[in-house]
Amino acid sequence: MSLTGLFLCTFLIVHLIGNLQLLINDGGKAFNAYAHFMSNNLFIQVTAKGLYAMILLHAIKGFLMALNNRKAAGGSRYAVSTSKNASWTSRNMALLGSWVFIFIGVHMAHFWRQMKWGELNMMNIDGVMVKNLYEYISVAYENPLIVAFYVISMIMIGAHLWHGFGSAFQTLGINHKKYTPIIDGFGKGFSVIIPGLFAAIPVWMLLT
Amino acid sequence: MKLTLKVWRQKNVNTKGSLETYNNVDVDPDMSFLEMIDVVNEQLIAEKKEPIAFEHDCREGICGACSMVINGRPHGPQQGTTTCQLHMRHFKDGETVVIEPFRSASFPIIKDLVVDRSAFDRIIQSGGYVSVKTGQAQDANSIPIEKGLADTAFEAASCIGCGACVAACPNASAMLFTSAKVSHLALLPQGEVEAESRVMKMVDKMDEEGFGMCSNTGACEVECPKEISIENIARMNRAYLKASLGSEK
Ligand code: HEM
Ligand code: SF4
Ligand code: FES
Repeated sequence: MSLTGLFLCTFLIVHLIGNLQLLINDGGKAFNAYAHFMSNNLFIQVTAKGLYAMILLHAIKGFLMALNNRKAAGGSRYAVSTSKNASWTSRNMALLGSWVFIFIGVHMAHFWRQMKWGELNMMNIDGVMVKNLYEYISVAYENPLIVAFYVISMIMIGAHLWHGFGSAFQTLGINHKKYTPIIDGFGKGFSVIIPGLFAAIPVWMLLT
Repeated sequence: MKLTLKVWRQKNVNTKGSLETYNNVDVDPDMSFLEMIDVVNEQLIAEKKEPIAFEHDCREGICGACSMVINGRPHGPQQGTTTCQLHMRHFKDGETVVIEPFRSASFPIIKDLVVDRSAFDRIIQSGGYVSVKTGQAQDANSIPIEKGLADTAFEAASCIGCGACVAACPNASAMLFTSAKVSHLALLPQGEVEAESRVMKMVDKMDEEGFGMCSNTGACEVECPKEISIENIARMNRAYLKASLGSEK
């Protein structure tokens, strides 16, 4: 759980750096070149398979854990439930994770499928014809509903990581008077800034 | 002051229980919570009704018997206290107080508020002891132990095995209890000898007993009457990881 979760966090950083190229004002040249590279480079393709496996592993383990814990807690829980002893995000990791899982599915069906099999317009970059994914994304992000779905999903990921980031270190046995506050603080920052930047891209493209 | 009580009544393991309401319960603010139930029970007995079954022993916060969930919180709303140390002055006149048993599949309800916590005993039996020869009781300070380490071990050893951590946990995980027991032995020289095999045995037993998996919500350390820290859980995770990577099984 912790290792796959932290692996997925590093993936988010890489993915974000790629996506931020959507904001470069060059008609999509940089982004399309990047997308072309990503879908044709052998190393990236192998890593991507590993990533899918990690997502599945993390989701399946998380789901089984949630089922197991529901059983352990016993059928009927308390008549009065309290929120005073644990954060909402920590209690709802499976719910948040499920949304993220569905989001990943929708997101891949939306863009990744197009890049892989779709009939996209082509663009000439320095003599190489590449698929113009940028154009496809720009059109999609003119639809406020799609943008809203992306923004909400980023809030869900942020909430998942709000608890998950620090939690992963505790699971690995790392809890230290000096370092844990730093790790937790970093995790909170990470869970706001990274999804925030992801969400800013469609919002920016909608508004401009 | 007057309170309305809603108390979980359940005949035995096999029957379904429900909350029963007791109106206009006369309460003295200086009573402890258990004394308050004693008074209710005297009344019930006088009316030839079945008294509320609840566990208690020391009534001074050291035995861990007085398990119940008060308004959704194990041992009630006060930080770092057991039910027997909770006083009625923390409640308001006219308030409704809901009293339920600790709930977890591994703590079956025996009757009303009494649950069977023998799963904890079996975790202790699986390895919560020192079986190497440690000689006579030592003279003070004859075995050098760093002060910080001794304090950490002592804090872990203050766990009274009450089960509030399991009751508070949305996953009904017993990690706080087990890690407190693993820690207090592993941190001291006599217990350190068997630390690796102990952590493996106790964690495996804990899982076998059907407790849930820890997802680090932290509810346990908030509700623990002895304020045991989840640092112990991290220490146990660390020790278990190390022991299982190195083990031959
Ligand atoms: C594929 C969909 C996902 C599902 C179904 C899912 C589900 C879960 C569940 C159930 C947990 C454990 C609950 C808990 O510890 O309280 C968890 C923990 C975690 N998740 Fe996810 N998650 C998903 C995606 C992600 C993603 C995309 C990331 C990171 C970018 C992530 C990072 C983490 C981290 C860091 C933890 C904490 C690990 C630990 O406590 O040991 N998850 N996830
Ligand atoms: S860790 Fe705290 S809550 Fe859990 S059994 Fe020990 S004293 Fe009770
Ligand atoms: S009765 Fe012993 S701790 Fe409450």
